[in-house]
Amino acid sequence: MRLNERQESPQTISVDFLITKDTMKDWKTAFYKTIPVMCGYLFLGMAFGILLQQAGFSPIWAAVSSLLVYAGSMQFVMISLMSSGASLPLIGAMTLLVNSRHLFYGLSFIEKFREFGKKWFYMVFSLTDETYSVFCGLSDTEKTPALMFKIALLDQSYWVLGSAIGALAGAVIPFDTTGIDFAMTALFVVIFIEQWQSFSSHLPAIIGLCSSVLFLAILGADQFILPSLVTTVLLLMMLRDPIVRREEGERNE
Amino acid sequence: MNDTYILVAVLTVALCTLATRMTPFLLLGRKKELPPPVRYLGSVLPPAIMATLVVYCLKTINFSEISNFLPSLLGVTATAALHLWKKNTLLSICCGTVVYMVLVQAVF
Repeated sequence: MRLNERQESPQTISVDFLITKDTMKDWKTAFYKTIPVMCGYLFLGMAFGILLQQAGFSPIWAAVSSLLVYAGSMQFVMISLMSSGASLPLIGAMTLLVNSRHLFYGLSFIEKFREFGKKWFYMVFSLTDETYSVFCGLSDTEKTPALMFKIALLDQSYWVLGSAIGALAGAVIPFDTTGIDFAMTALFVVIFIEQWQSFSSHLPAIIGLCSSVLFLAILGADQFILPSLVTTVLLLMMLRDPIVRREEGERNE
Repeated sequence: MNDTYILVAVLTVALCTLATRMTPFLLLGRKKELPPPVRYLGSVLPPAIMATLVVYCLKTINFSEISNFLPSLLGVTATAALHLWKKNTLLSICCGTVVYMVLVQAVF
């Protein structure tokens, strides 16, 4: 009896990496869901690799930073900070500022990520704008650890692959890819529309839209996102009653 | 360029990025039951954040130059219109992106 248990346990641990019918289906779904991210990440990653290499850094740093940092816009900022030999406290402060929007992403997945066991850390680490958006676009039945982990993993592989290609061979891409990173904007637009349609109260979407446009107009492109998100959260808390009433009213009808 | 400096700089960016992603989980993840205000925020933030991300992507457009804002505007319109009509995520994103690429590469 003991012996049997011991023989069975390794299988249950590694089942995720065995190719069964179910895991194949999950990989296919994960790939399908991440095609837009692939378009964006491969080519933005290449742009990052090219810039890093042009700034005089060894190509290996492109892959290393995409593996360890994995934050699109901040990696571009990092190149200019490192080129100017910025001090570590300055680099740290800039990173916290540029990535402050990530503070708000985890709030929607605190309970969900508890189901991931050992993969919890990777799920938190890899919660980029794009992975967050793909997760938001999943239906409740699709939000399984098996599928979400594969989505997170595929997204980062596109980013690392793109960075490495850009750093090693960026100059030889045979066709004009200008504008292909618009796939990311389009992904956000599509998921915004789906979020709009799945909520009966449109207040959260309207608040987010108005607050970001307003702060963009007042503070400019580099500084608007944190004040905008803080204001959004404050307004959402103030309007909690009407929003909840609207959502629940719809459900009871 | 000094390799130690680069490595420490990359690690600093990595740790600070992780800190921003980890904070909500560290602050609130231990409790068995999420406080109701947090659960509420977690459920209503996604549409607000998606709106913010769309604006974030378009933050550099400049309305004083047609060649600057028209491709983005038409790309977003094409994506949204197609999605409202056909509800096919990939189709909307591909067509929207192609519209944008053609406009920035060939027209403007």
